Amino acid sequence: MDHHQQSHNAPVLNNSVPVRHPGRWISAIIILGVVALMIQSVITNHNFRWDVVGTYILDVKVVQGVGWTLLLTVASMVIAIVLAILLAVMRQSDNPVLRYTSWVWVWFFRGTPVYTQLVFWGLIAVLYPKISAGVPFGPELFSIDTSTVITAVVGAILGLGLNESAYLAEIFRAGLKSVDKGQTEAAEALGMGGGKIMWRIILPQAMRIIVPPTGNETIGMLKTTSLVLAVPFTLDLTFATNALANRIYLPVPLLIVAAIWYLVITSLLMVGQHYIEAYYGKGVDTNQAPAVVINPAAAKAAAAVAPSAEAEPALKMDFPEDEAK
Amino acid sequence: MTVTTQKPLVRIEGLHKYYGQHHVLRGIDLTVNQGEVSVVIGPSGSGKSTMLRCVNLLETISAGRISVGDQLIGYREVNGRLHDLKVKEIAAQRREIGMVFQRFNLFPHKTALYNVMEAPVQVKGKNKAAAKKQALELLERVGLGERANHYPGQLSGGQQQRVAIARALAMEPELMLFDEPTSALDPELVGDVLNVMKDLAKSGMTMIVVTHEIGFAREVGDTLTFMDGGVVVESGDPREIIANPQHARTKEFLSRVL
Repeated sequence: MDHHQQSHNAPVLNNSVPVRHPGRWISAIIILGVVALMIQSVITNHNFRWDVVGTYILDVKVVQGVGWTLLLTVASMVIAIVLAILLAVMRQSDNPVLRYTSWVWVWFFRGTPVYTQLVFWGLIAVLYPKISAGVPFGPELFSIDTSTVITAVVGAILGLGLNESAYLAEIFRAGLKSVDKGQTEAAEALGMGGGKIMWRIILPQAMRIIVPPTGNETIGMLKTTSLVLAVPFTLDLTFATNALANRIYLPVPLLIVAAIWYLVITSLLMVGQHYIEAYYGKGVDTNQAPAVVINPAAAKAAAAVAPSAEAEPALKMDFPEDEAK
Repeated sequence: MTVTTQKPLVRIEGLHKYYGQHHVLRGIDLTVNQGEVSVVIGPSGSGKSTMLRCVNLLETISAGRISVGDQLIGYREVNGRLHDLKVKEIAAQRREIGMVFQRFNLFPHKTALYNVMEAPVQVKGKNKAAAKKQALELLERVGLGERANHYPGQLSGGQQQRVAIARALAMEPELMLFDEPTSALDPELVGDVLNVMKDLAKSGMTMIVVTHEIGFAREVGDTLTFMDGGVVVESGDPREIIANPQHARTKEFLSRVL
């Protein structure tokens, strides 16, 4: 950082002897040893049946299961996110009806097991054979068979999405609350309307707080989709691998097949989350370097570079409040 | 000092503010003429910021009237009865009034340029090219033309406050409110912000400035108002009041800040 100082009278650097950490070496050797033993046991133990894992990892049923699991995850999370924004905004509303509605929604969907809710969605056609719209106690405008609208996949998505919306609503509420009140005041003072203030000023800043736990929830949802057999929906990854396992009487290798796929998808989701976090952190988590440089010459040099450089991610969060003078 | 027409732009009459049982403003009267710089001083807790925030309805008005130009702030008067304005109508009134905050309140996720462009584009519907041109001119005017692409987090406090002034000016307001604009700044950064405010005063902008900068009041102010305990203790020509305060409380306050 201080290259500009070295032009004349460069100081003699201290080059002090660092503290040694023998404990790190010992713990590393122990852990590596244990890991090596585990890998050896997994490879040499024939009961794992790696040959069967290899046979089924790209099986049509398995790959289709991956597709359905992804669809369930994405669709239910989209529904949950839309509802959660709505619920979080309602919760902050001046209108007490909206506030209580949001509270009751969260209370109900968080307070009952997702498994129960999925079974319920599977039985909706029994409870309400027809969906119709009309004036209460008045004429009916249209009517349709419930079973043609709420199919198993729709029931699964609704069940997962509505349940998740309750959890996400709390995450979004925390995010919205984390944005300084001065932001709303500044936007109001400029004459901006409530909707614009929410979408353009508050929500983009709240997303910094919202994205990490939402990523967590998405990964959780990926695994929760395995409960959709409660609807019953029977094409997802867990059901597909279980069905294959039951057919060939080899549960272990197909559990491994499922686990590998869940890990692969989780890894991809984590990569996506990294980029979303970087996007919403702009101006706050990244590009901070020039603000902490006191020396004007260095500041100038850094400022010349900063707007284009996305700053090393390693620096993220290191000095979040340093510039707040 | 600026040449002022004697036409009142801001009229605050009998303003009271309660927070629950707490009586913060106890009947404030203040008139600011077109093109005047009205400086308000007083100890913390005297209600000076609250009064300023009432002018653009960041605080509701418990009693009294505030008008800016020919507009009654926050209400519509029908047959002697006041009716609250709708949110949209309040927003429309705020567009004519710029506000600068003690803690800047820049949008941290937007660069200086986009902070300044935001309201003209989103509120006035100005096209982006024109808004950008105007924003760059304003940033140039506050001495930050080279910092247009910096995020607030990359700017010093003084620079942030100057961007905040440019942001408020971008709406071309008829009145500017300054709520202790230099109180959160390191001492060596105060001067730059005050210079921008002085230039703005010279250009004929009507300003209400809540501040602790007595030097600014003496140099730029057309009127000085000293508030304490939610009332106006003394008001008049800044140089006279500073040189020769009439009330004991004013005297005591000035002796502590000068």
